[in-house]
Amino acid sequence: MADNDHAAELANAGAHVTTRWDKLRFYARRYPLGAIGAVIMVVFIFTALFADVIAPHDPLQTKASSSLMAPAGPHLLGADMMGRDMLSRIIHGARISLTVGIASIVLGGAIGVVIGLMSGYLLGWFDLLTQRLIDIMQALPLLVLALVMAASLGPSLENTVIAISIPLVPNVARVVRSSTLSLREMPFVEAARAAGMSEMRVAFQHVLPNTLAPLIVLFTAQLGAAILVEASLSFLGLGVPEPHPSWGRMLSESAAEYVRVAPWLVIFPGLAISLAVFGANLFGDALRDILDPRQRS
Amino acid sequence: MGTYLVKRFLLMILTLIGISIIIFVLLRLMPGNIADIMFDSAGFVDPAEKAKIEKELGLDLPIPVQYFHWIRGLLVWDLGYSYVSEMPAIDEIGPRIPITAKLAALALFFSVLFGLPLGVICAVKQDTVLDYILRVISLSGLSLPSFWLALLILMFSVTYFGDIPIYLDPPENLWDELVLYSIPAAAVGFRSSALIMRLTRSSMLEVMRQDYIRTARSKGASENSINYHHALKNAVLPVTTIIGIEAAFLIGGLIITETVFNIPGVAHFLVEAILMRDYPIVQSLVMLIAVVTVLVNFAVDLLYAVLDPRIRYAD
Repeated sequence: MADNDHAAELANAGAHVTTRWDKLRFYARRYPLGAIGAVIMVVFIFTALFADVIAPHDPLQTKASSSLMAPAGPHLLGADMMGRDMLSRIIHGARISLTVGIASIVLGGAIGVVIGLMSGYLLGWFDLLTQRLIDIMQALPLLVLALVMAASLGPSLENTVIAISIPLVPNVARVVRSSTLSLREMPFVEAARAAGMSEMRVAFQHVLPNTLAPLIVLFTAQLGAAILVEASLSFLGLGVPEPHPSWGRMLSESAAEYVRVAPWLVIFPGLAISLAVFGANLFGDALRDILDPRQRS
Repeated sequence: MGTYLVKRFLLMILTLIGISIIIFVLLRLMPGNIADIMFDSAGFVDPAEKAKIEKELGLDLPIPVQYFHWIRGLLVWDLGYSYVSEMPAIDEIGPRIPITAKLAALALFFSVLFGLPLGVICAVKQDTVLDYILRVISLSGLSLPSFWLALLILMFSVTYFGDIPIYLDPPENLWDELVLYSIPAAAVGFRSSALIMRLTRSSMLEVMRQDYIRTARSKGASENSINYHHALKNAVLPVTTIIGIEAAFLIGGLIITETVFNIPGVAHFLVEAILMRDYPIVQSLVMLIAVVTVLVNFAVDLLYAVLDPRIRYAD
């Protein structure tokens, strides 16, 4: 409240006050592509949250009479082989994509942060061991590791999240470790230690918050990758199982057989995946420019 | 340099041993082995029969013993037998390697062919409409799932040419081969070219801010000479490192693209083997991928030192 009064007073006195909206407008004008990405992300998140309300039909309800119906009237984006409404399935698919994407980033991020922080802070044998382990994990392509993990854990929503999150750990751990290495020599960390704080508290309360900017940048970049890997796993039949409407699986079901007769089954789910990943990438790029000026392109 | 090479080599071996352990254990965690799958499809389970098959395949042995058998085999080039075809794994994998290698080489060629010049154009025309358009295209390259792009290409060719360019018979001559592989290679290469383009752009921009570029400009060198003679040479250096990352990237893209285009390469085979729980094939293929990735990265590190005299690996 006090802040607002102060701002109002300044405005009354004729001073130029920058509000949050002004700031937002400034960034939108400075980074138009990032603004487009942000809008796509907001729409994507909104769709995922309110899928039940927005979707015109039940995504799982089959109806023989509308099997392979072309986009028109009751089914805006057509219907699949079993007569399920494509628009509703794509809207609900946003929920699956976003859930798997965010959950794997949170899980992979949490493990990566703890490993990176401890490894950069404790050094010694722990650092040596985790660094080798990270080397090992990075020698395999993300999709290959996720593929083998998904197969070995068995198909389920939770296992898909685990299979995607583990390959994301090395990058997070590397970023946190390198910022921790430089932060641990800073005077404020030394001061905290001199004040008698436990090592754990220094690491999590003083070092960790200062590694956040590059982490946020990394997380948005990984969101796009996680959504893509989920779609790829589901496309290959190793991801999210039925009855969840996953974009990747919608493509694999329709791919070969219906390419000729029902192209909308191929076009729309792919468009949804691309748009979501595109939005995350655009937004992530702008965020990197704003939060991490050293990497500014 | 000598000590560095030895150190790097030992580290490589250590990494590969680590990967072999991880993959081996992960595969043994899979719910159900090949014997389960065989009996599932038959519809009944005779425990004695199942135990016999498991014994034949060595699946009844403790995991560490199975691991040592595998490693011993690897060292003498014996990768075991495919559970599915019952052929030696090496005979199954061997003929598929050249197919994937050709596809990967072609994809890499496409990605450099498009990525490098477009990245330079973006940097030279920074913040113009052209720069924005090219950046959006490159970002969309990173955002399109490669299998969707492949499906769209298939759909397009069905609609306009009435034919699907998927692999049915082995190509008879070089030209056929090139035509057959170009489309999937372009689908994979598009994504990789986006990565190269972005890196070239940011690397060019960084170099163009340096003092020696200003010096070149002030002594009256033409813009073209500055861009291509002075800037590009130094900007290309970091781009070579991306080839190491590309190797991993390409294999990921190929897994899907080979599956969609029905190309009998290594990546497609990996997916089939995973779905069939064909352990000897899966573990050999994953090791192969890991060896290629590690070797490419090693080669790129060395190449970097050769290209950039400022970098010398200290002993």
